[in-house]
Formats: sequence, C-alpha cells, structure tokens
Amino acid sequence: MRAFATAAEMFPRRSGTGGAVRRIVAASTEIRVRRGVAALSLFLLFWYVAVSLKGWLGIDVPWVGRLPSPGSVFAAWLGLIGDPGYWQSAYLSFMRVMIGFLAAMLVGIPVGLAAAINRYFYDVFYPSFEILRPIPPLAWVPLSLIFWPTQEMSIASVTFLGAFYTIVINVISGARSIDVRLIRAAQSMGATRWHLFWKVVLPATLPSIVTGAAVGMGITWEVVVAAEMISTGGHAGGGGLGFFIWNSYVGGSLQQIVVGMISIGIAGYVSSALIRLLGHALMPWLRLR
Amino acid sequence: MHRRGAARAGEGRAHVVLSRVAKGFGFDAAREEVVADLDFEIPPGQLTALVGPSGCGKTTIANLVAGYETPDQGEIRLDGAPIRAAGSERMLVFQESALFPWLTTYRNLTFGPLLRRTKPVAEIHAEAKRLLQLVGLSAFADKYPAQLSGGMQRRAELARAMMMEPRLMIMDEPFRGLDAMTRELMQLSFLRLFDTFRRTNLFITSEIEEAILLADRLVLLSNRPARVRAVISIELPRPREIGMLSSRQAFDYKRQALEILHDEALRGFVRGGDV
Repeated sequence: MRAFATAAEMFPRRSGTGGAVRRIVAASTEIRVRRGVAALSLFLLFWYVAVSLKGWLGIDVPWVGRLPSPGSVFAAWLGLIGDPGYWQSAYLSFMRVMIGFLAAMLVGIPVGLAAAINRYFYDVFYPSFEILRPIPPLAWVPLSLIFWPTQEMSIASVTFLGAFYTIVINVISGARSIDVRLIRAAQSMGATRWHLFWKVVLPATLPSIVTGAAVGMGITWEVVVAAEMISTGGHAGGGGLGFFIWNSYVGGSLQQIVVGMISIGIAGYVSSALIRLLGHALMPWLRLR
Repeated sequence: MHRRGAARAGEGRAHVVLSRVAKGFGFDAAREEVVADLDFEIPPGQLTALVGPSGCGKTTIANLVAGYETPDQGEIRLDGAPIRAAGSERMLVFQESALFPWLTTYRNLTFGPLLRRTKPVAEIHAEAKRLLQLVGLSAFADKYPAQLSGGMQRRAELARAMMMEPRLMIMDEPFRGLDAMTRELMQLSFLRLFDTFRRTNLFITSEIEEAILLADRLVLLSNRPARVRAVISIELPRPREIGMLSSRQAFDYKRQALEILHDEALRGFVRGGDV
C-alpha cells in the first residue's frame, strides 16, 4: 500500500553483502532527494521566467504570466511570518483538520471493521452509507451550519465527513480481502473469534487503514479550506487558511493568496508524510519486503 | 508437565478413515462433483501420498480432512470420531505460504501454542527454538516472512505446524513452485523431520517421484470427480535417500503409477477436462 517504493525495494531481499548494498541504498536515497530538490528548483525557475517574460521581451505568457513573481510571494511570506494572524489561520485550519480526521478514524475504523466481519451490520449499514457517500462533504455545509450550535462544530463535522467515507471504504475492502488461508491457519491453531479479530483481521487490515488515513487526510485539507471560505470568518468560529485566502482575494493581494495556497500544500504534505512515517513504524514487515 | 515422550509415541499418530466421501460445489446446472465415493485410509504413523492429475480435487480432499469443508455425503473419522470442523490435532500446510506476514518467523511458530497455552510458556519457547534449528532457520528467527526465500517459508510453515504437535499433518503440495535443487533439499529435510516424529501424514502431490521418495503408500486418484484408482505400497527402506529413486524397485513403482495416471490423463484429455 505504500505510496512510494522504498530504496531497499529496488534491490534483492537479504542484503547478503551487507555494507555494499546499504551504501548503494543510501546513495540512491541521496540521489532521490537531489532529484526532488532539482525538480522543485526547476519549477520555481519556470514560474520566474514565465512571469518575467513580459518585462523582458514583452511576451505575455497566458495564465502563468498573471501570477505574482516567486520573489514577491516570498517577500509577502516574509512579511507574514511576524504576523500572528497568519499563524492563527494556519493553527485554526490544522486543528480543524485534526479534529475531523481523528474523529473520522475513531468512528470509521470500528464501523468499517464491523461492516466487514458482520453480515447483519453490513446489510443494515451499507445501503444508507452508499447513498450518502456520493454527496460531497461541501454539500453538507448549509445543513451543518443550521444543525450545529457553533460554526466551529459545523466546519469540524464537514471535515469529518471528508475523511470518514474514505476510511470506511478502505477498511471494509482491506478486511474483506484477507487471505482465507491466514484465517484457516489461525483457526487450525485454535484461534477463537476474538483471537481472529485481534490477531489476524486487525493486523491484516492495518495497511488498508493507513492508506485510508493518508488519502482521508488529503481530503480533510481540501474540505476544511473550502468550508472556511464558505463560512464567514474573522470572528470566533471563522478564520483559517481558507478564510485567509478568501480575505486576500477580497483585499486584492495576489501574493497573499499564493502564500496561503502554498501554506496549505506544505501542511497537507507534512500531514501525509507523518501518517506514512507512522504507518512504517506500525508495519515493519512492509518496509522490509 | 507435558508428556512429550508419550506424545511422540502415541498421540502423534492418528488413524484416519474416509468412507464414501462425496463433495461438490455449486447448484443445479452449475453443480460440479469434485469428490465422489472416495474411500481410503491413512494408517497411523505412516505417510500416505495422494497423487492425481492436476485439478482432480486433491486440495478439496485436503480441506475436507482439515475440516475447512464438510462432506456432502459419507464421513471422515479420526481415531473413530467424525471430523466436523477445523481442529488443532490436524494441521494443514498450504500450497503457498500462509505465514502471518506481520509476525517474525519466531512469532509465527509460537502463535498457536501461545493462544491456547496448553503447556508452560517456557516450554513453548524451548520447542520453537528446537524446531527452528531442526529446519535450519535459527538465524532467521527475527526475519519477517517476506524476507525469507520460498524454501525457507515452506520450512517455517512446516515448523509452525509441528509446533501444534498435531496427530495428523496434511501437506497440500508443500514444495510446489520451488526450483528442482531447493525441492530436493526440502524433501530430504522433510524426510528427516518425518522420521524424527513419525506423525501420521497425508501428503498431496502431483509429482510421482516425490511421492515414491516420501511415502509408505501411494493413493492414486482418478480425474474429477476424484475416486481412488489404485493403492501402491512403497516398500523402500527408511531412512530414505534420493539415490533410492534410481533403484529397480522405485522404477517399477513409478512405471506402475504412471500407467494408471497416464490412462487417467488421457481420459481427462478426451473429455476435455483439466489435465
């Protein structure tokens, strides 16, 4: 389920020659980091050139040419670093993502597992789930604003929905695709239903849970920003990076819009990376394959 | 205290009798009989090899004896008691690895015994170390299954099954898919294990030579639905060695078995069955 192939995977199992293989792996990791840095630099260069072409040669590059230059965005970001409002926005969005995401994990994992192993629960639960699932979380914004007493709760509940469906679907499909031989082997060794659940179904589903979490995390960032834009910000229950971007748009600061966008990108990348790291720590057997 | 000596002498040697066993899958027009009117015996302390054309229903027989499936007709008795569900006195070693990927080799071995705790934990650990040594995996105790080669995985699985001290071992083409060299090594190491414990064994294979090398009796099966075509007693002395396969005696067994199986294969071919 890993999102990317580990360097060790490119080499045969059992690093028999020890040091040599490890050195190659380390070197290849370094190469891959350099590739990433080079690609990012190229991206920035392309952005810079596209924006500057009008000034240099009078060529108006469509779409990209209208962006603020990377330098001015960086300057805007430097100006915002000392601004507690910017950090407050990032903090608010981050907290909303975390609350929605953790609630979705807390509810989604048991519900998914129950649906996967209990036919009755599945029959009762799944039809409603499948009808509700295609409704975009953002379509819930008006109702949730009416339903919840505070705006904070409305945003959190919409974020929750963003991750919830993905997590449940992943858990169900993961728990259902367990190799029947593993179940049978455990049964032969005297496993009770309790043992089967805790010692076979759960560890076997773990990779799917982590995948669901990583994808769900991405969706919560998408949802939280959109929810913040729709909800009125500024006072209690408002704010966040979504509102920050909207506010910058209303205020006409192109640079700040881009700063807000990049901030979300980085925050989402870091959150997903954290989940992947946690997944690696929980599932050492996948790393070593 | 667990009576290990006694376990080895008597408890490890179940006597299994299949009488008039039938099993099919599907309904009405899609119904297919996989096993029909199957009668044979697995004598205690012996290795009975089940040999038949591929797709003839060997795996279904393994699942029936293991208790994962129940017969539609007839019954399977282990020391007189009918088999109705999976049980730890019968261990099945699967065609492909069924080791738990999330457990190290060592923890795969101790998984079953630690669930049931029928004997002191210290003894379980001692037994796990002993068996790992016996199958040559001591150095790989802390590796995950994915880090083991195919041959190592089969040996680990064999050791895991032995940990349960079953009265019957069922092995469903356990060496299938291994290269010739590894396969030969596995057969020898398995023979050593079998001679040490002498647990009743039902060994399923499609390789006649493998069956002759390992077994006390060959049970030759027909095409689907599987019936017993012939039973051949293998009188080669134990301990067995690879060299015995080139003896006159082994050659006769092989010719005898091949004639019957060839006949079956042809019939299956003419009928358009899976040969």
